[in-house]
Parts: sequence; structure tokens; C-alpha cells
Amino acid sequence: MITVSGLSYGHGAKPILDGIDAEIPAGRVTALIGPNGAGKSTLLNLIAQQLTPSRGCISLDGMDAARIAPGRLARKMAVVAQNLTVASRVRVKDLIGFGRWPHSQGRLTAADHAAIGDATELFGLAPLQQRFLDELSGGQRQRAFIAMAFAQDTDWLLLDEPLNNLDLHHARNLMAQLRRLAEERGKGIVIVVHDLNYAISWSDHVVALKDGRIAFQGPVDEAASAASLTALYQTPVALTRIGGLPFAQYHR
Amino acid sequence: MADRRILGLGCVLAAAAALFLFWGLRGPMAYILELRMVKLAGLLSVGAAVGVATVLLQTISRNRILTPAFMGFDALFLLLQTGLVAGLGIAGSSRIPPLAGFVLDAAVMMGAALLLFTSVLRRTRHDIQLMVLTGVVLGLMFRTITAFLQRLMDPSEFSIVQTRMFAQFGSIDREALVMALGLMLLAFWWLWRNHAVLDVAALGRDTARSLGVGHDRLQLKVLCIIAALVSVSTALAGPVAFLGLLVTSLAHSLMRTHRHALLLPAAALISALILVAGQTVFERILRLQSTLAVVIEFCGGLLFIYLLTRGKIR
Repeated sequence: MITVSGLSYGHGAKPILDGIDAEIPAGRVTALIGPNGAGKSTLLNLIAQQLTPSRGCISLDGMDAARIAPGRLARKMAVVAQNLTVASRVRVKDLIGFGRWPHSQGRLTAADHAAIGDATELFGLAPLQQRFLDELSGGQRQRAFIAMAFAQDTDWLLLDEPLNNLDLHHARNLMAQLRRLAEERGKGIVIVVHDLNYAISWSDHVVALKDGRIAFQGPVDEAASAASLTALYQTPVALTRIGGLPFAQYHR
Repeated sequence: MADRRILGLGCVLAAAAALFLFWGLRGPMAYILELRMVKLAGLLSVGAAVGVATVLLQTISRNRILTPAFMGFDALFLLLQTGLVAGLGIAGSSRIPPLAGFVLDAAVMMGAALLLFTSVLRRTRHDIQLMVLTGVVLGLMFRTITAFLQRLMDPSEFSIVQTRMFAQFGSIDREALVMALGLMLLAFWWLWRNHAVLDVAALGRDTARSLGVGHDRLQLKVLCIIAALVSVSTALAGPVAFLGLLVTSLAHSLMRTHRHALLLPAAALISALILVAGQTVFERILRLQSTLAVVIEFCGGLLFIYLLTRGKIR
């Protein structure tokens, strides 16, 4: 479990995050939702130890995350950032191989190659593995980075807007993949998602942010109601169920 | 596991070096050979230092058109030289033994680079674009201070400075060469042990950190090594601005890889090859004694633009 307590980030009259208390369950898919500029990515980056909070702390499975050595943290938690550009000429298979760095520091063992092959298959990258990253489309590159994080083989997987460049087919496949990772391999998955329907139909748990504070949080079925979502986005949201899954109608 | 392309480059470089040493060998053989050996060693070390330093800078800045010269490293060297002559006068500055001069150059370069870039990196919160911009501005500042000092000098002092402002391969000091080689070997030893982590650093700060690499400390170490290598090359031969850009472009387009285990040796070999071959053509065929650097910058610039427009460099 990830426990965030009293977390603030940024100084001055309007901090980006202000006094966040949240609990993110292990082995589940958790969605961070909220309007633009609510601080979702900042919270994700703070949890990932990419940023240092101005106040508060984050505990990861009972340990103070800030005190875990970087090498050890990289074996517990993998992060996929939002802007993914690579300056050097890296092939897809080498990029996925970098995911094994925390385990083998560049000297790949048989187990590493197995994990790389596994990740390549899982994210449908086998036909692309010899290609250079700068020759791929945005969505393909995104999948390559997610495969890299998967190859890291961590208990926690954090993704910042993973659906950004993906078409319907790949977006749905990715969410199904993440669900399966949580259910079958017990991984804790935290995603920042913009598309409300992807968030509420695929995730177990939801943490909603607004103006740097928690708006609501909890299991999707309890926390995400028509009223709470309407207030969160300041837009009328009607909630129905299709095939047993929640569906938000907000388009018009 | 040695790469065929690296081996090929090594062979061509060996051939060029042999040509440089033995072509047109007349008169007191032992004496001339010794002179040429010193010059060859100088060319090789300057070449390797420039090539490796540029690849490293491009890796940590994630920018393929930067060179150490662009970031003001060379300008700092010129300021140092001008400051010495202006402060101590001709007599005073020529009384500094070459070895002490080299140690001073190298120490000041490394110290200043560390001081500048650690403070800049901390203030800019490791924003590499800001660091580059700061480097460019600082370089400009060093250059204008240098120009100002040169205005104040008398003409004979200025002519001394001027000879140091262009790369010279004719007069390489032996003691300085030994020091330079020592410093370079230390830098290369570190790179040999740490080349794999540079591959990770090239993925960018966020990705490197999420893979558990202490990116910021690594960046400082690499900046320190760049400063050492630049001081080796500038102290031995003066500034060679364009060579690094040409060399890294050639190395990247030849190797087509992200692995520093291949990129760094390739850049070092290509860079040394350009210098040795250039100097051979210059001395033996054109029978000129003037500065090779000017020609390299000119031809290098043309070749670079040609490769760029043909889409061979990416």
C-alpha cells in the first residue's frame, strides 16, 4: 500500500499540491483523475520520487519512500513519464532491455532475456523490436516505454497518461493488460487518466484531485457518483451502467 | 566482441600514423623520428580528447549539436591565457615552465567548470536547456572579457596571445604531453568502467532516475571529465572548435547505436584519424607549417553541411 500523508508541493500563495492525504491499495488499479492543472501528474511524480515534496511524506509498503536507495526503489516501482523523447539511437529491444538495469546493471542474464521477451510479447512489440525509437509513431513509442517499465518487474507500476497517443484498439488493450497485471500478478498500478470512462470502467480505486487538494477518493463504485463527478469537473455528468460497468455520459 | 567498424577505424588510423612517421624520412633518422613521434602522440591525444569530450557533452545534455566549445570551455581557456599575459607581462608569462603552465591550465579549467556548472545546475534544478543557455552566455562573457583585455595590451603582448589562440600542433611540449596522457588515461579508465550507465543517462533524467541511476551525480562526474579532456586538448594544442561536432556526427552515423562502448572509441578514433591524416597531408604534400586547425574547421564545416543536407546525419 502507498500512503500519502500531509503532502504539499510548491511554495507561495498557491501551492500545486496542498495537504494531500491518500491511500492507494496494493494489487489494484488506481486512477488519478481531475481537471487540468489539478496536480495529478505532480502527485504521481512525487510518489515516484522524481520530485521532492515541500512537506509531508510518502510511505511505500510501510517504508519511507524518500529513504529507499534509488537502486532498490527501481526494483520496487517503475514509472512511465509523460514526455518520452530519446536523444540517442535506441532500438526497441534495447529500450526494453534497459528495464532490466536495476536488476543486472547492463549485464543481461538469461532471466533478463526471458523478462525482455515476455514484455515484448505482452505489448505486441515483437514486429517492431529491431526498429529505432525515432522511427516509431507516438503510440508505438509509448508502448515501448511501458514495456520497458514492465520488464523492470516491480510490485508497483506508475503511468502518467499512458493512453495519450493510443488509438481505441491499443488503449483498450493496454487497460486490459494493466488489469490482468493487477489481478494475475498482484501488481499495484497507478495511472493518470483523462478519459473518464477508461478510468471508471477499468480501475478499482479512484483518487480525484481538484486545485491541489483531494476532492474524493475510494473504491470506484462508492466514490465516483454522478454528483461527485459533476462537482469535480464542473460539468454535468450522468452515470449509467452498460453491461454491468459504469458509463459516464458527459459529451452533450 | 570488438566491433568490425572499430577495428577498421583502428587499422586506418594505424596506417595513417605509419605514413605520418615514415613518409619522406631523410637525414638524421633517429632525431626526426623522435620529433615526429612526439607530434603524433600529441595529435592522437588531442583527437581522442576532443572526440570523447564532445560525445559525453552531447549525451548528458541530450543535444546533438553541442560541443564543449559552444558551452564556453574554450573561451575560458583563452581568457586564462590572455589573463596570464596581461597580468604577468611577456617576461613573466614566458617564465612559467610549460609543465606548470599545463597543470595550472588543467586545474583552473576543471575547477572553474565544476564551480560554474554545479552552481548553475543547482539553481536551474537540473534543467539542461537552461544550463546550455547559461553556458553559451558565459562563453560569450569570457570572450568579451578576453577581447577587452586584448584591447588594453600592447601589440607585442597581443602577438604572444594570438599565437596561443589558434590550435598548434607544431610545438607540443613533452612534459605537458606526459601529464596530458596521464590525465586522459584516468578519464578513459573511468569511462571504461562506467560506459553502460552513460547509455542509461542518455534516456533522459526522468527515465534514468526511474531506473535507479543517480543521474545528477553522474552528470557532475561527466562534466568534470569533459573539463579534464578539454583542458588536455586546449593546453596541448589550443582550441579546436568544430572538430568535435564533425566527429560526433560521423561517429553516430557510422555506428548507429546508443551504446557508449562503441560510440566513445569510434569518436576517439575518427577524431585522431582526421588530425593525423590532415597533418600528414598538410606537412608532406602541401609543405605548409601553418595551423592545421583553420583548415580542419573550414573543411569540417563544409563536410558537415554536405552531410547534413544529404540527410546522412541524424
